[in-house]
Amino acid sequence: MADANEANEGVRRRDFIHVAALSTAGVGAAASALPLVSQMAPSADVLAESTTDVDVSAIEAGQSIKTVFRKQPLFVKRLTPEEIAEANEVDVADLRDQESLTDRLGEGNEDILVTMGVCTHLGCVPLGAAEGENKGEYGGYFCPCHGSHYDTAGRIRKGPAPTNLVVPDFAFTSESVIRVG
Amino acid sequence: MSFAWAKPYEPQTGFTKWIDEKLPLPRLVYNAVGAGYPVPRNLNYMWNFGVLAGFCLMIQIVTGVILAMHYAANTEVAFATTEHIMRNVNSGWLMRYAHANGASFFFIVIYLHIFRGLFYSSYKAPREMIWLLGVVIFLLMMATAFMGYVLPWGQMSFWGAKVITGLFGAIPLVGESLQVWLVGGFAPDNAALNRFFSLHFLLPFVIAGVVILHIWALHIPGSSNPTGIEVKQESDTVPFHPYYTAKDGFGLGIFLLAFTFMVFFLPNMLGHPDNYIEANPLSTPALIVPEWYFLPFYAILRAFTDDLTIPFTGIVLIQAKLLGVIAMFGSILLWFFLPWLDKSPVRSGHYRPMFKKFFWFGFIPCMIALFIAGGAPAEQPYVLLSQIATAYYFLHFLVILPIVSQIEVPKPLPYSITESVLGSDDAAPGKTASSGAKGADDIGSLQPAE
Ligand code: HEM
Ligand code: FES
Repeated sequence: MADANEANEGVRRRDFIHVAALSTAGVGAAASALPLVSQMAPSADVLAESTTDVDVSAIEAGQSIKTVFRKQPLFVKRLTPEEIAEANEVDVADLRDQESLTDRLGEGNEDILVTMGVCTHLGCVPLGAAEGENKGEYGGYFCPCHGSHYDTAGRIRKGPAPTNLVVPDFAFTSESVIRVG
Repeated sequence: MSFAWAKPYEPQTGFTKWIDEKLPLPRLVYNAVGAGYPVPRNLNYMWNFGVLAGFCLMIQIVTGVILAMHYAANTEVAFATTEHIMRNVNSGWLMRYAHANGASFFFIVIYLHIFRGLFYSSYKAPREMIWLLGVVIFLLMMATAFMGYVLPWGQMSFWGAKVITGLFGAIPLVGESLQVWLVGGFAPDNAALNRFFSLHFLLPFVIAGVVILHIWALHIPGSSNPTGIEVKQESDTVPFHPYYTAKDGFGLGIFLLAFTFMVFFLPNMLGHPDNYIEANPLSTPALIVPEWYFLPFYAILRAFTDDLTIPFTGIVLIQAKLLGVIAMFGSILLWFFLPWLDKSPVRSGHYRPMFKKFFWFGFIPCMIALFIAGGAPAEQPYVLLSQIATAYYFLHFLVILPIVSQIEVPKPLPYSITESVLGSDDAAPGKTASSGAKGADDIGSLQPAE
């Protein structure tokens, strides 16, 4: 019995060294993979918080401007009463991405629609912000890439895009200026 | 590894003997593409495209390394350095046109190579591994070509990159973070351009490595052939050199005529004019189309316009965007299962009457429809066309092929390759197993194996 125990113990000690060595190597390999993976993520300069101020006073009803927010296009539009009425007519429950116009405009904002100009399908810039562009079947924006139609509130109505045009965080800093971001 | 009658390598001079002992590379070449590799005697021109694909890879590597000497991967200057290559660098225009058209020709060649495999069922045992490695090569090629197209930083470069990296955003939960991680920002920018350049430089060499495995796997059973029956005897084969080096050389000549014609006379025909406009993240081109060789897969991506919902409840199971992405990747990943989906014991389409009809009148028109729909705007009737063709595509591989392969009655096969070529199995000159008589006339060095 004593002999057998000793033999067992010998095996166990060897096993322990194997397991310990392999685990150390494994943890080391995993730890060194971490920077290899994380270097791909956005670098500090890209991440650096940025805000964009937009003067909305010059935008006439029915007009939009296209500007840039975090290197991506941003649409700022002053809705006409008809467009507002059209957006409010729809039953929110029927929508793919259920948001009312007020959800999207925010408190105390009656007609300034601020959305990213990035189609939520695969990221094209939808048409409709500039004069004479195709506004799609619902009178808002139309993405020519794969045919997504957005309504006057920038909500997805038809086509492959899964969600409404993204409304970034923004606030009025004065009567006429909004700060996005 | 090879057939028993393969001619062994015998170094003739003192120097080649010395090399053979230290590093038997000449022996490897001799047994792989020389007189020491017996190949079925009945291969037709569809068997040229493997060698041509290897040649295309070399064109891409040579012209690509040269382009990289003059190109700079920075969004500020990438477009300008590409134009610098075109206008200032000596022969730069030739290198760039050869590289851009080389990519197109690479895909033409690889598509014909794949269609050969599909028609003659080259993917069946014992050649499954060759096929699987081929699918890996094709996926790597697609990634390489996609990233290469981004490098000139034109409008199509930018928007192609945006749309394709946007695909990853469709993946539930992790999609958006994955997408940001892949491009290193919220939209493709300098970080993306740089990493694409790095990977575009690297991947062709990875492809070269997988090609070596592909050929290694090929040399275990040897090539299949248009009858699809296996080699039985020496009279079924001829040595690779000089027979197929000559045939491949002739094919290469034809290929080069077509290739140089495109490079010199129609260098921009397969490209898109919008890519001569510098990338503008604020303006999407009216119609984003990928390079022609991606059109069928792009059509499959766009075929899904409605979410998959539980009927009458409106509960979305899978969003249209994700469905399209799954179908697009699935359409290629499907090929990995082909050796097991097609259960027919007969390989060659020539002896499979029912399969042959579905191949020519179902599958080929379906691929043509996908090509057309992929290049058209996302409007009717093209959306419907892409939907029908996508449905048929999956039906063909997942339903038609497995069923047809089990119910069809194949035509009688010839006894041997020799019989199919010469009319009778006994007709080959010097048919007895140990003889090498057929090589004796013009290639004096050909000796019997033993
Ligand atoms: C599998 C092989 C390869 C394929 C399919 C491929 C494909 C492509 C494509 C489609 C382009 C865009 C051409 C254009 O629009 O002008 C491109 C550009 C480029 N490729 Fe490749 N390539 C391959 C191998 C390589 C290699 C091995 C290198 C370098 C080591 C390289 C370096 C470049 C460079 C510097 C550019 C940018 C210049 C330009 O756009 O003309 N490529 N590649
Ligand atoms: S990117 Fe807008 S519809 Fe596809």
